[in-house]
Amino acid sequence: MAAAEAQTKAQSVGETTSSGTTSNGTTWHGIVLQSLKRNDIKLVPYVPDRVLTPLIKSLHADPYFTTFATSREEEAVGIVSGAWMGGLRAAVLMQTSGFATLANVLASLAMPYQIPLIMFVSERGTLGEFNYGQSLVCRTMRPVLDSLAMEHHTCTRLDEFEFIVDRSIKQALTTQAPVALILSPLLTGGKVLDK
Amino acid sequence: MNTHTSAPARNTKIMNRFDLTSRLIGKLKHDEAVVGGIGNTNFDLWAAGHRPQNFYMLGSMGLAFPIALGVALAQPKRKVFALEGDGSLLMQLGCLSTIATLAPKNLVMVVMDNGVYQITGSQPTPAAAVADIVAIAVASGLTNSVWAADEEDFERLLDQSLTTDGPTLIGVRIDDKPGTGQTRRDPVQIRERFMIGLGARQPL
Repeated sequence: MAAAEAQTKAQSVGETTSSGTTSNGTTWHGIVLQSLKRNDIKLVPYVPDRVLTPLIKSLHADPYFTTFATSREEEAVGIVSGAWMGGLRAAVLMQTSGFATLANVLASLAMPYQIPLIMFVSERGTLGEFNYGQSLVCRTMRPVLDSLAMEHHTCTRLDEFEFIVDRSIKQALTTQAPVALILSPLLTGGKVLDK
Repeated sequence: MNTHTSAPARNTKIMNRFDLTSRLIGKLKHDEAVVGGIGNTNFDLWAAGHRPQNFYMLGSMGLAFPIALGVALAQPKRKVFALEGDGSLLMQLGCLSTIATLAPKNLVMVVMDNGVYQITGSQPTPAAAVADIVAIAVASGLTNSVWAADEEDFERLLDQSLTTDGPTLIGVRIDDKPGTGQTRRDPVQIRERFMIGLGARQPL
């Protein structure tokens, strides 16, 4: 099984290894960090996820960022909404199951108040999910985004990731509209059942 | 008058939300930000006299404190007040620990506690008869959390919060009266005016 997984990963991500690293050392999480900096995004609250761990670690290690855990994803959305209104740019990190708790705050705060809510969502529930509940909750994500006509992209390839992240952040800020960047297991390696 | 005050006995007077909100607004002389939670809490903030530094929530129940935390982090030199109902806070108790951990010096939280969901028909909250919001706040790490005994004590606590470092949480027991008037439900204008009021952007 482990061999099959390794083979699947190798085929699907091309030159990218299972940890999302290219031969020149560029990582998906490095791209997120640099793109946040380039766009003056300093505040990054999150609800953690295994796949997001290297990003969370590097954000904590960099004094440029104010990054911390919140108890719920909607709490983080409230915080970044207030921060942006006060002139501080921010983004939120979460997992698919956390996104599923957000419909109310998206529809009653982020959308009607026109807040450039930037979300990075680590995608669980597909491409090797081992928890049935996760795969079900994942299926609710894109319908919710589409029902609110929210911009979203599923990021699968390292070579186009920086373009998507940088452009999406800029679009969110200039159009004052939320965006969700869904980090596919094809990009990050995802989470697989521990052997 | 108020039939929903069977919570553990406290030496606190039952006050009125609009009166307390008006007393708060009367003390603000330095463009302090005020975030009003959903429903009656922001209706009374609106009725106490609109100011550009007020933000009115029209949904997202429970997020007054998180939104205010965001404003406080963005503008550490400005005092930020957040007004929240007890029912709303019960939806987002975890934010108290987040705020305690970040410990923003400029954040003052006021919990308007009447023990009921007044706006939906005054049903008692699950906490009304058994829990103490201020004790919850203290246990969440917000050690500077107190009940205001009466209006005079509330004003004293506000004066203290304006001159000392927070975070501070003030609990007030209020009656079951509805809000005074209603906020104009124009979210874009509310947000835009708030940002201009905070100096985060200039009008066109």
